Amino acid sequence: MRHIISILIENESGALSRVAGLFSARGYNIESLTVAPTEDSSLSRMTLVTRGSDDIIEQITKQLNKLIDVVKLIDLAESDHIERELMMVKIKTSEHTREEIRGIAAIFRGKIIDVTPTTYVVEMTGPSSKLDAFIAAIDGDTIIEVVRSGPTGISRGEKGLHL
Amino acid sequence: MELNGAQIVIQSLKDEGVEYIFGYPGGAVLHLYDALFQQDDVKHILVRHEQGATHAADGYARATGKPGVVLVTSGPGATNAVTGIATAYMDSIPMVVISGQVPLPVIGSDAFQEVDMVGITRPCVKHNFLVKDVTKLAETIKKAFYVATTGRPGPVVVDVPKDITDPRIKVPYKYPKKVSIRSYNPAVSGHKGQIKKAVDLLLTAQKPIIYSGGGVILGEADKELTEFAHTLGFPVTNTLMGLGAYPATDKQFVGMLGMHGTYEANMAMHDSDVIIAIGARFDDRVTGKLDQFCPHAQIIHIDVDPASISKTVKVAIPIVGEVKPVLEQMMEMIKESKKKPSKKALESWWNQIDQWRAVKCMEYDRNSRLIKPQYVIEQLYEVTKGEAYIASDVGQHQMWAAQYYPFDKPRHWINSGGLGTMGFGLPAAIGVKLAFPDAEVACVTGDGSIQMCIQELSTALQYNAPVKIINLNNSYLGMVRQWQEFSYESRYSHSYMDTIPDFVKLAEAYGHVGMRVDKPEEVRPALEEAFALKDRTVFLDILTDRTENVYPMIEAGKAHNDMTLRVANGTSTDRELA
Repeated sequence: MRHIISILIENESGALSRVAGLFSARGYNIESLTVAPTEDSSLSRMTLVTRGSDDIIEQITKQLNKLIDVVKLIDLAESDHIERELMMVKIKTSEHTREEIRGIAAIFRGKIIDVTPTTYVVEMTGPSSKLDAFIAAIDGDTIIEVVRSGPTGISRGEKGLHL
Repeated sequence: MELNGAQIVIQSLKDEGVEYIFGYPGGAVLHLYDALFQQDDVKHILVRHEQGATHAADGYARATGKPGVVLVTSGPGATNAVTGIATAYMDSIPMVVISGQVPLPVIGSDAFQEVDMVGITRPCVKHNFLVKDVTKLAETIKKAFYVATTGRPGPVVVDVPKDITDPRIKVPYKYPKKVSIRSYNPAVSGHKGQIKKAVDLLLTAQKPIIYSGGGVILGEADKELTEFAHTLGFPVTNTLMGLGAYPATDKQFVGMLGMHGTYEANMAMHDSDVIIAIGARFDDRVTGKLDQFCPHAQIIHIDVDPASISKTVKVAIPIVGEVKPVLEQMMEMIKESKKKPSKKALESWWNQIDQWRAVKCMEYDRNSRLIKPQYVIEQLYEVTKGEAYIASDVGQHQMWAAQYYPFDKPRHWINSGGLGTMGFGLPAAIGVKLAFPDAEVACVTGDGSIQMCIQELSTALQYNAPVKIINLNNSYLGMVRQWQEFSYESRYSHSYMDTIPDFVKLAEAYGHVGMRVDKPEEVRPALEEAFALKDRTVFLDILTDRTENVYPMIEAGKAHNDMTLRVANGTSTDRELA
């Protein structure tokens, strides 16, 4: 099953490689990984998407917790949560496809953020499945480039991952 | 007090109570060695290869319980230390390794003797640090000792760039008494509810067994374990790493378990209904085939490392905590409980175990005209009255030492269990001897292993660390040869050593005593002579039966109740190879 693990980690050089190294050394798979600073400059937040049986996910969270630099983590999949991913898609356009692309983008609440005579760049956020659906709706031959941030997430309600 | 970085490192070690550093100098640590020269409190042991430094520090740590300390230079000094660091990591041995590094401004420029030590050691340390600010040096060293010695112990590397130890830059020094790390809070006592559940299960068990490992020794809980086992009357088996955690000559001890464990230990595990695993980690050499591991048992597991619990074998009652306080908590509940272990059930369980014992799985041919390695270990046990520290290398001799030298006390069996590092024995023995100069220390080794760190014979001489080397010489990489015999139709691919040095002359060249033994009747007198030479390192080159194998054995992919036993009366192995 797919899990989103949200990690608060010391903002130290090498912290990222400890996490990445753990996954490769123990043969766990990483679907995506995002890292960014938090409101506390000593901490980074890492959002990691992985897949595995319950046993493997249990080992992953235990092994992550064992890393000295990991301060706290939660498996978002364990409770109600919101997931978002940012995507930018560069699409080849011609006179008779431009309106159709604008229409599809509008349906998916995408924004066109760059326009040239022959291309559009569409920006979109949402759960990964929505972004997949948009890609599927566009003629594959017209896609020049897809850039995705990888999902990040937050739990619903009052609980949160903080110190 | 104002000190420069080099002085801070040495002063911090002093303040930490460090007695010995095992190391080797080089460019990046010259400032440190200069500071070391100008004091007498911390003694430096100059090894002959950095691998030897880590193993000697490791042996010191295993025997004393105190962290081993290593000092190596950057680049090759650092990479040579890696095998020893990984060895300590796999067996959870507390160790602090200080490695030199090129100066901060040139890191990343492929400078002379530069290697990314933090990167290279990341997967085989508990934690590591690169010191970037001399004012944080003392605190970093304190943190290194704190992390190395608490929770599940392990090696910690502190990588110190040369400019950090610059003698011209002085900063105020204060060694912190305590440090805390917000992201590191190892559990101590276990969850009361879980412990209660475990006690209830134990007291209703019909065929229980205590499976205890190296964690009992690391957690200084051997007395608690013994009391616990005696109170309940349950059989006890130890892992290779746990030997000595429970007295091997006690009648409740059924021997080591696992691949080369006893028949009775493995059969009892397989048939048990309740297993309590204490400071053991269900290593593959212990479990054999996982899906047939202890099919009838409910398992209780006490471990300080939550990641060790349910890693390979799912357990019913996990207890995260240090072994000693958890066992104390359990004992209290057992004493308070109205329930008592069923006498009747235990009696029939012990009857069953005695039947397995009657198989006498450890018998070997005692009438052979060749020297049987098992016989050498038995004689070693008698000559040392079972009180010696036995450091071992890796291979057949290691298994024979584990099987035929019953350890009654913890920290006396010093071997590389997890990583299985050949070359470990001799430097480890030197580390033990330095810690306990009055104790008998032997290194049980083989003709393959001993050559991997033989240069440390020179260290033993320089620092007057007289150890007795028991070389079970069969001119084979015996364990490899055994597997090739069992699984590769005796195609002995590169497991044969046809140009073995003259170990007697070699020992003498290093300034020690060398003796060769090639007849069974000479074994005992030679051992007595060797141990009588109190202040000399003696190399006993013992030419053993070349074809002897380690039995019993659970072959790869088999279950505990599917052991290969020695062929009746042992004559099958009593032959010489052409």
